[in-house]
Formats: sequence, structure tokens, C-alpha cells
Amino acid sequence: MDGIVLGFMYALIALGYTMVYGVLEFINFAHSEIFVLGAFVGVEILLRLEETGQLAMFHPVFVLLLIIFAGMVVSGLAAMGLERVAYRPLQGAPRLVPLISAIGASFFLQDGFRLIESLWRNTFYLSYPTLDVLDETVSLTANLVIPVRSILVVVLALIMLGVLFFFVNRTRIGMAIRAVAQDPETAALMGVPVRGVIALTFLVGGAMGGLAGVLFGLHYSLVNPYSGFVPGIKAFTAAVLGGIGNIPGAMLGGMVLGLLEAFAASYLSIITDGAFGAEYKDVFAFVALIAILILRPRGLLGEKVREGQA
Amino acid sequence: MKPSLPAFGLSLYVAASFLLVYLFPQSVLVFLLFEASLFLLYYVPASPVAKRYLGAVVLVVLMPTLGVINGYYLEIAIQIGIYVVLALGLNIVVGFVGLLNLGFVAFYAIGAYLWAIFGSTQANQFIPGALFPLSGYWFFGFLLLSVAVGALTGVLLGLPVLRVRGDYLAVVTLGFAEVVRALVNNLDKPINITNGPRGIAPIVKPPLFFEPVLSFFGLQIAEAELYPLYFYFLVLLLVLVAIGATRRLEHSRVGRAWKAIREDEVAAAAMGIPVVRMKLLGFAVGASFASAVGVVFAAKQVFINPESFTFMESIGVLAMVILGGMGSVPGAILGAAGVTILNLQLLKGLSLWLNSLRQSGAELVIPWLGSYSLAQLPVQFEPAKYERMVFGLILIAMMIFRPQGLIPPQKDQRK
Repeated sequence: MDGIVLGFMYALIALGYTMVYGVLEFINFAHSEIFVLGAFVGVEILLRLEETGQLAMFHPVFVLLLIIFAGMVVSGLAAMGLERVAYRPLQGAPRLVPLISAIGASFFLQDGFRLIESLWRNTFYLSYPTLDVLDETVSLTANLVIPVRSILVVVLALIMLGVLFFFVNRTRIGMAIRAVAQDPETAALMGVPVRGVIALTFLVGGAMGGLAGVLFGLHYSLVNPYSGFVPGIKAFTAAVLGGIGNIPGAMLGGMVLGLLEAFAASYLSIITDGAFGAEYKDVFAFVALIAILILRPRGLLGEKVREGQA
Repeated sequence: MKPSLPAFGLSLYVAASFLLVYLFPQSVLVFLLFEASLFLLYYVPASPVAKRYLGAVVLVVLMPTLGVINGYYLEIAIQIGIYVVLALGLNIVVGFVGLLNLGFVAFYAIGAYLWAIFGSTQANQFIPGALFPLSGYWFFGFLLLSVAVGALTGVLLGLPVLRVRGDYLAVVTLGFAEVVRALVNNLDKPINITNGPRGIAPIVKPPLFFEPVLSFFGLQIAEAELYPLYFYFLVLLLVLVAIGATRRLEHSRVGRAWKAIREDEVAAAAMGIPVVRMKLLGFAVGASFASAVGVVFAAKQVFINPESFTFMESIGVLAMVILGGMGSVPGAILGAAGVTILNLQLLKGLSLWLNSLRQSGAELVIPWLGSYSLAQLPVQFEPAKYERMVFGLILIAMMIFRPQGLIPPQKDQRK
């Protein structure tokens, strides 16, 4: 169950990486900070409500919807702003240039959150207030008990993935996104507003990241400005695993990575007779990444490698 | 040799700044003036011979003298030296060959742990017979060994990884560094190799083999003062070797092949350049630099643990290379010095200054806006804690306004 929750979380974050890669062909390193921003928005709203004593007044479902919506909107807008400030001026530059700018943005945001939270609350390790609904469990059979928080993650992730899939594959705007991903110049000639589509891609990818952030916060309850780094790397791994630029691939990659990791965490010590424990799950995940890239350099669902493509 | 006017002026500047540091040993600003003399040296139009002599005087005579007066300056100089070697190594991989390596710190860690494990009692844990720690004389052997080990790991990582390109490569190297760090962090069981997060201490320092010579000249320096000086010269030597090696490689057949690969891989392959072998060579050379300087780092610190080898370090070194200008040797040196000084001196100095302001409780009076008591300045507001923010700003600003770096590489003029 942990594996599935983790898998959906990775899938949601991986979407942000993969969509941006699809249209701009670069790794949006700061996406992990967009994810953390979502988590922070969620915790801030909850803490606010708790401090003013309003948390008990509202129905928990309303509160959950509120923080999820707020997290998605703020993160999406932040991702768009980031694109405007740090990436758009670099259009047409060599490929390493925007990547390095993204790393810079990521670092800037990490310490930016830390600075703001430190000035605001005097600490930058925040924990989500408890919502009683989340701690309840549902028992499917006698020994299969699932906590509500896991169900929440899975259900919301499934809904959003479905919506996104519909949006990208069935609507006119989705078609524009796919067109820009395939060939920006031709798309521009066909009358697609490329810049707008790029900004929109950041908005949608950022919103997905923000959703993942809120869910991450609700599930693990502790957030700090640096908690995005590891999930971010893992999610990128997932995106690469599934074939970057490929939306179903990102979902598949996320699931595979989440399950692999949960598997490693629980069985690695049994297989190796206690020699290597759960602390090697990250090693396991990265070794899997390297192995898959060697065997299938374009990922599980990736297109064929075109020679001469740098 | 005819002394030229600029060289004369520069000598005056060096002498003046040296005197200032001598008079005000605690002032950060004055020391910055002194450090700036080396950069002026690069830009001033004077004969190369004069520059070389002046540089040697600054590095070999003046800097150690200041170091004796204020040990902290020497510490900064050593740190700068270590980062210069790291930046030069990464510059080969990123700047010459054009492969983005986000896990460069892994090789540094490998070098450091190589000496840490065998230069302390740690190796006794898995090799029977109380043979360890090895005597300090082995340090030099390990320095050479680390070059080989670094090159070997570079090739081993490169072999599978070079099949992937561009951004994929960046992520795989990042993953590799995380794997190395996770291994170092967790290999205290089943066999205790790295002592896990607790780190390894004490690590043996290289021997003071020149002590008889010093006492022959009647110089009695306490060991605590001698070691920083010793490491300073050791690092300086390493820096010079690294610069020499990089310069030699840059203008050799190999260096030209690297640049050809960087500019256009397909064209390079079509011209008969063995692309994979050249890439591997670049990886190996860069890794061996990092690994060698890792050995020195371990010996200098006496204690190391996995905390010293995080992703932050990799990015720090990358920031140095980019700030200075990818593919430019003076650029890498300038970048390394600049970022280290920024971190160790400017940000810390600013924090201290704010702290003293806070304690003084002075009122800041802004006309028309009222006054603000500095004692209310939030305690969390400490620039030294926010080095990532500064790094991030530097990286973004550099990419937008000057992507080629402060000292861009000069084009090879020969036809």
C-alpha cells in the first residue's frame, strides 16, 4: 500500500517534469520547490485556521478541498512566474544554460521559503495539524486495514491524472500542447501561440506539483524547505524511467519506482539476510534508474533514439 | 628585463595592501584588498616574467607571513586552493568535454575516504592484524594512488553512463553521487568500512619530514602553527600541478578533441575522433583531480563524515566553474576563489556585523518614515545561513546576463 501511495505521489510530481521537458526540452530543476510550495501553502492555511479556532467550525472535506485548491493555484502560478523570470529570457540559449538557471532557481526558492518561514514563525520545520478524519482506517478484510489518508492520496491522484489525460488528449488546448512538444516551429506556423502554451504547461505542471505537495504534507505531516529535494529527484527518475516527455510514461514510471522502493524497503533485508536494510532503498532506486537507462536509453515507453540528437 | 610602469604600480599595490593587512590583522575588507591583488595581476598589462615573479612573491612569501599573523587567513587560502583544484577538475568535464556532471563531489569523497580509512584505525575493522593507521609517509603514496583510483572510478562510471546524453547524463551522475553518499553513510554494517554517519577520526597527517632542515636554520615553529603552513604549501603545489596539467591538456591533441566533441559530437566522430574514449579520458582526468584533493582534505580536516560530500558541494563547485566561465582555466580559478571568499568571509562577516548591530540596540532613523530599533532585527536574519539563496541568485543572474562567465575562454588563435 505504501508503494502505491508513493507511486502516485511520484507520478504527480513526475508529470510536471515530463510536461515541461516535452515542450522545452529541459529539466525544470526548480519543480521540486514548486512541490514544496504546495505543501507550505497547505500547512499555512491549516495553521491559520487552527490559530483562529476556525478549524473545528468547517466540515473537514471543505477544509481539504480548500487547501488542495489553494495549493494547486499558488503552485501553478508560481511555476508560471518562474518560467517568466528565469527561463523565458534564456530561449534559444545552449542547452546547459536553462538547466543551470533552474538549479539556481531551485536553490533560491529553498532558502527563500526558509527565510520567509523563519521571519514569520521563527522556525522552518512545520508540521500539519491533525485532522481526525485522516487518522481513521477502513478495513477491507480482517488483516488488510487501509488508513484514510492513503485512500485520499490514491483517489485524488487518480482523478487528477484522469482529468489531465482528458485535457491533453481530448481538448483543443491539449492538442496545442502536444503540437508544441512535437515541433515548436511548425506549431507556431500553424497559428499556435507557443509562448502561451509554454506558460500554460508550467501552470498545469505546477498545479500537479502543488497537489502532490499538499498530499505529501497530509500524508507525512512534516515539511521543511528542503523536503522537496529527494522526492523531486525520485520523481524525475520516474519521469525518465517512463520515457521523458511522455505523460502515460510518467505515470507508469512513478508507479514502478514507488513499488520498487517499497519493495526494497520491506524485503531487501530479508533477501540479503539482514546485511542490507531499508536504508539502501535509495541506492536501489538509483541503480534501477541507471540500469534502465543503459538498457533502454529512452525509458520504458520512450520513442526510439534518433541518431545525432543531442 | 625592463621593469614596466604597470608592473611597478602593481608591486606598489601589493606592498600597500600587505602593509594594511599587517597593520589591521582583523579586518576582512583589508584582506579582500590583498586577495584582489592576484586578480589584478592577471589583468595588468605587464611582461609575463614580471607577473610570474610578483605572483610567486605574493603566494610564497607574503601570504604565509600573513597566515602566521592570523591563522584564519591561511585557512581561507587553503580552502580556496582545494576548491580551485576541484573547479579545475570539473572544468575539464563540463567546460572542455561539455558533459554536465552533477555528482562531481562523489570523486572528492572517494579520495577523502581512501586516505581516511587507511590513515586511521578504521581499516583494522575489516583487515585483520593491527596494521593501521599507516604511518604518515604513506600519505604521499596514497596521493598518487588516489589519482589512479579516481581515474578508475571515473572510467567505471563513464562506461555505462556515457551511453546516455545531455540531461540524462546530468541526472545519472547526480544519482551516482547520491549512491556514493548513501553507501558511505550506511557501510558501517554488516562490515564496518566507513563508520557510517559518525565519520572517521583521527586521520593521520603527513609527516613533517623537513623539520630537521628547519631546526638546522634555527627555526623553531610549534607544530600547531607549522601544519597550516605545510598544508598551504601542499595545496599550492597541487594547484600548480593542476593548472599545469590542465593547460598542457587544453592545448594538446586531446584538448582539441574534447572541444570538438563539445561543439558537435557527430562532426567530431566523423573527423575520426574516438568520441567515447575521449569522453572517458575527460571523466577520468577530472575525477583524478577531485580524488587527489580529497586525500589532502581528509588529512587536513583530521575528521571527515558524509556531511562534507552533499549535493550542495557539487553545485557549489559547478557554480564556481560557471561563474568563472566554462572552459576557461583562469575563470575556474577566479570562480573558486570568489565563491569561497563569498561564503567564508563576506556572508559570515555580514552576519557578524548584523549581530553586533542587534546587540548595540541602535536606532535606525529614516527621515520621514520614523525610526526602527535595530534590536528588533529578527534573529533568523543571518546571511551566512542563506548561502543557497545567494548561489541561486548568482546562477540565474549569470545565465541571463553573462552566460559565458566572468573570464570567458579565449579562442585558440592558431589555425
